[in-house]
Amino acid sequence: MLLYILKRLLYVTPVAFGVSVVCFALVHLAPGDPLSAVLPADATQATIDEMRAAYGFDKPLPVQYAIWLWHVLQGDLGTSIATGRPVLGEVARAVVNSLILASVATLIGFTFGTLFGFVAGYHRNSILDRAASALSVFGVSVPHYWLGMVLVIIFSATLGWLPPTGAGPDGSGNWRPDFEHLRYIILPAITMSVIPTGIIARTVRALVADILAQDFVEALRAKGMNEWGVFKHVVRNAAPTALAIMGLQLGYLLGGSILIETVFAWPGTGFLLNAAIFQRDLPLLQGSILVLAMFFVGLNLIVDVMQTALDPRIERA
Amino acid sequence: MTAPVTAASVALDGAVPTASPVAEAEAFAPSRGFWGHVGHRLVRDPVAMAAGAVILTIVLVAIFAPWITPMDPYKGSMLRRLRPVGDATYWLGSDELGRDMLSRLMVGARLSLFMGVTPVLIAFAIGSSIGILAGYVGGWTNTILMRTIDVFFAFPSVLLAIALSGALGAGIFNAIVSLTCVFVPQIARVAESVTTGIRKRDYIDAAKLSGASALTIMRVQVLGNVVGPIFVYATSLISVSMILASGLSFLGLGVRPPEPEWGLMLNTLRTAIYVNPMVAALPGLAIFIVSIAFNLFSDGLRTAMEIRQ
Repeated sequence: MLLYILKRLLYVTPVAFGVSVVCFALVHLAPGDPLSAVLPADATQATIDEMRAAYGFDKPLPVQYAIWLWHVLQGDLGTSIATGRPVLGEVARAVVNSLILASVATLIGFTFGTLFGFVAGYHRNSILDRAASALSVFGVSVPHYWLGMVLVIIFSATLGWLPPTGAGPDGSGNWRPDFEHLRYIILPAITMSVIPTGIIARTVRALVADILAQDFVEALRAKGMNEWGVFKHVVRNAAPTALAIMGLQLGYLLGGSILIETVFAWPGTGFLLNAAIFQRDLPLLQGSILVLAMFFVGLNLIVDVMQTALDPRIERA
Repeated sequence: MTAPVTAASVALDGAVPTASPVAEAEAFAPSRGFWGHVGHRLVRDPVAMAAGAVILTIVLVAIFAPWITPMDPYKGSMLRRLRPVGDATYWLGSDELGRDMLSRLMVGARLSLFMGVTPVLIAFAIGSSIGILAGYVGGWTNTILMRTIDVFFAFPSVLLAIALSGALGAGIFNAIVSLTCVFVPQIARVAESVTTGIRKRDYIDAAKLSGASALTIMRVQVLGNVVGPIFVYATSLISVSMILASGLSFLGLGVRPPEPEWGLMLNTLRTAIYVNPMVAALPGLAIFIVSIAFNLFSDGLRTAMEIRQ
């Protein structure tokens, strides 16, 4: 097991390196100088040169990359051009809010996804199965930013039951686990949970159907085990894959939350990215994307290791 | 790293005949050929046919939009803003600048479809080439190409699309470039896995012995046998691409006003949800309908081609 973890780490290192190169390159993909957006139009050449030197943009690209990477490894993601505050602090605050939202959405998605998946897998080609299939097609086809708007129209604009935007009564401040803040997380979390619900339902349905078709299930029934006992065996066999998909979905939601966070003005990484893009705050953009991508890489690693630990049959190279 | 569900290895159910359907039909008179069989199975799938009809209708509307819109999609009237759905003049209501929603939705289909389908088409060409090359040549070429591809899998699709668009700046061209970059790795991974699956087959050896060059084998034997599964996978990405492309415009990173595009219309109408919620929700409904139609059609195509996912 330890050897396996080491192998995975060895494999992840070049990917992480590649991710850092892509994030670094992002800033240099941008048309014009990264500073052009913040400098006034009538800035003198001397001012421009001074700023370029201050941010290190006057050095050759590989040198800039090496310096940037060295700082990143020490936890320094640079300074936001727009606010002048360290990027790490801004991103850390936003990641916590995004992680809360994505975790709640993943939990909702996992609960309903496995429920529908099990029902559909146990009763293949029944009405329930068709309904579960329709639901998963809906989940992957619906533009979630639109679904968010529709839910706001229904539950906020028309019925007035839930607040339309923000993370709490104080607007887009940090989310806290109390009753007042709970009302604010309901709509964005439900909107976000639609995708994992569909994907998990589809996967679990296929898993359960596959497991039920295997010989050992028949053997268990032949030896007189009741359905509840058989069910426990099915769960044990389906769990590693289902949990792995749940883990990956959390990563996708965290990285893909920008649209939903924009609709609901949720103070997370998506909201931060949106601000970074429109203020052309490139260090902030670079830092947020690096953190989110690295989080996703780390999550993948954890999921892989956990899956292997849970299911010894998985032997990977 | 565990592959995402959608990119799960798409495996071939037996080899697809390399010979062209025509030649095949001549050799075995009763046989319909591979594509003939696929077509035959597809027309018997009511869901896929309905989805196909929806796609065809919207494509036709998009093509002929400039000639068939009931009103000028750009001409507004501040006096007739946000008319409700079912209005005598504005059948689907009017937007926040008093422009006819039906006309704008019809013209909007052009850019929305164009921005959704183009990235997948370009990525299909580039991704298949990379994947087939990596899968057929194998060895170090494979390792270098596929490990580079892995880096892009470290970014969730939405994040990568928005990061690239955000860095490149707003605009239709930049949005298409960003979305293409999102789909190339996904298609390349599927192409590589399918190609690796067939490279040891006898007919490849036969082609080698006949003296065909590597390029010819990749173009004729490999491409002919792997294009089906890759194509089906690519069609399943169109729905994602439509949602993402409109999402970019929704964020202000794609199409710029006053050009009608569903994502952008959804964004500008957000302020109207308290005044006229039905009208505000219409552009999103259009995206949803097209996206679900592409998904269902792609599922039907996969079943018809007997490709296991």
